Amino acid sequence: MSEATATSAKTKGKLAIYWAASCGGCEISILAIDEKILDVGNAFDIVMFPCGADGKVRDVEQMPDGAIDVCLFNGGIRTSEQEYMAQLMRRKSKVLVAFGSCASEGCIPGLGNMSDRKQIFDTVYKEGSSTYPVNPKDERPQAETKMPEGTLHLPIFYDTLKTLDQTVDVDYYLPGCPPEAENIWKAIVAILEGKLPPKGSTIGVNTTVCDECKRTRHEKKIKKFHRTWQIIPNEEECLLEQGLLCCGLATRAGCGSLCPQVNSPCIGCHGPNDGVEDFGARLMSAMASVIDSNDPEEIDGIIKDGIPDPVGTFYRFSLAKSLLRRKNKAAIAN
Amino acid sequence: MSFEPKIVGFLCNWCSYRAADLAGTARIKYPENVRIIRVMCSGRVDPSFVFKALSLGADAVMVAGCHPGECHYLEQNYKAMRRFHILKHTLRAMGLEEDRVRLVWASAAEGQLLAEHIEKFVADVKKLGPLNWGHNWAENGDRLHALEAIVKEHEEAMEVKS
Repeated sequence: MSEATATSAKTKGKLAIYWAASCGGCEISILAIDEKILDVGNAFDIVMFPCGADGKVRDVEQMPDGAIDVCLFNGGIRTSEQEYMAQLMRRKSKVLVAFGSCASEGCIPGLGNMSDRKQIFDTVYKEGSSTYPVNPKDERPQAETKMPEGTLHLPIFYDTLKTLDQTVDVDYYLPGCPPEAENIWKAIVAILEGKLPPKGSTIGVNTTVCDECKRTRHEKKIKKFHRTWQIIPNEEECLLEQGLLCCGLATRAGCGSLCPQVNSPCIGCHGPNDGVEDFGARLMSAMASVIDSNDPEEIDGIIKDGIPDPVGTFYRFSLAKSLLRRKNKAAIAN
Repeated sequence: MSFEPKIVGFLCNWCSYRAADLAGTARIKYPENVRIIRVMCSGRVDPSFVFKALSLGADAVMVAGCHPGECHYLEQNYKAMRRFHILKHTLRAMGLEEDRVRLVWASAAEGQLLAEHIEKFVADVKKLGPLNWGHNWAENGDRLHALEAIVKEHEEAMEVKS
């Protein structure tokens, strides 16, 4: 941040950083802006940051509505407690940013939408090899437990993980799993300087990873998709042309094509560009176009052999945000 | 009341939509369950069109285009074919019956054939029953109660002030 920016922020703003269903990588990424975190501290009072600073829910509840200038909210909404916190942070914040892939599109926790609560609980409390010995009565968490002293509550675990914007109104999105430190810093500067795009925008560039990728490209024709462990790709040519399912061609840029640079295909963590309703559909469309066959049976074989897990491939980061959002509940074996 | 499926049909401008037109002028009858949307080519049908239709309440989706090798845009119906296979592969993984999406070919002269395809499709979807995808998003009934309980507990805790 320039000194002009620091001084132009006349009064100290209030910043909150909250997490819901996420891994904590977003917090690490925020701290990876290194010593610039001191500039953030100069510009803002950090009123809530469960991972990195003090500040209690109760303190936030006692603030007037809209008292927080910016809330960076990462994580999807999987429990009633997370939904409550999303509503609280929305009410208390002037600007609410869906920070990172989980809050924006569900990310890896969103793949839990291929199951439901019962199946997830069975896996964790019954079938998990580490849980069985300590759960001989086969118990499950209960939302309410009556005790002599009163009723105890646990948050309800939802069947379907929701994104932040499926829960409350969201002002901006910051893509990435996690967002790269330099992009976080750019977003913070944009907020401080008041140079934000229109409400509802994703803060970032609007082009694809392929544009940032330096590999050479030719016409794409694929006879067989390989999984990453099956081949060692050469370092010069397009990874998709070598048969690896590289998501770069439909994924928002801004990362500097980090993964293809180290010979690993893009997995699509930045999500789609503006105007795309369903990222997975976009990827499917693109991948289908490059299959080099006009024979239905051969096409089917190329797809089934090369893409054994289509949801994990096309919706690795965006299942919760997709048009269907989850697996058909009726088809989940319980 | 018997189940009348809602089916969205994406028909290509050059063959299948004209086949539907022909079926009309020739007074060929087919069930009215298909809501037809004309697209310029079956290759225009992005998988998201299908997902959107299903998520908004359609029970099934039909895509119809020119026969392979006869595409007005040379080979875009082959792209439609590949997209359709990838789409079906994904829908299976999402727990949908694969019979809820169907790709058929009908040239501008084949009004009768298109009508037969539709008749067969409607009959097959009737056997599957309603999809009602939106029901998948309904959360447990105790959700609102749980949210109220959190507010109440926090309010009670608030009374402890220094």
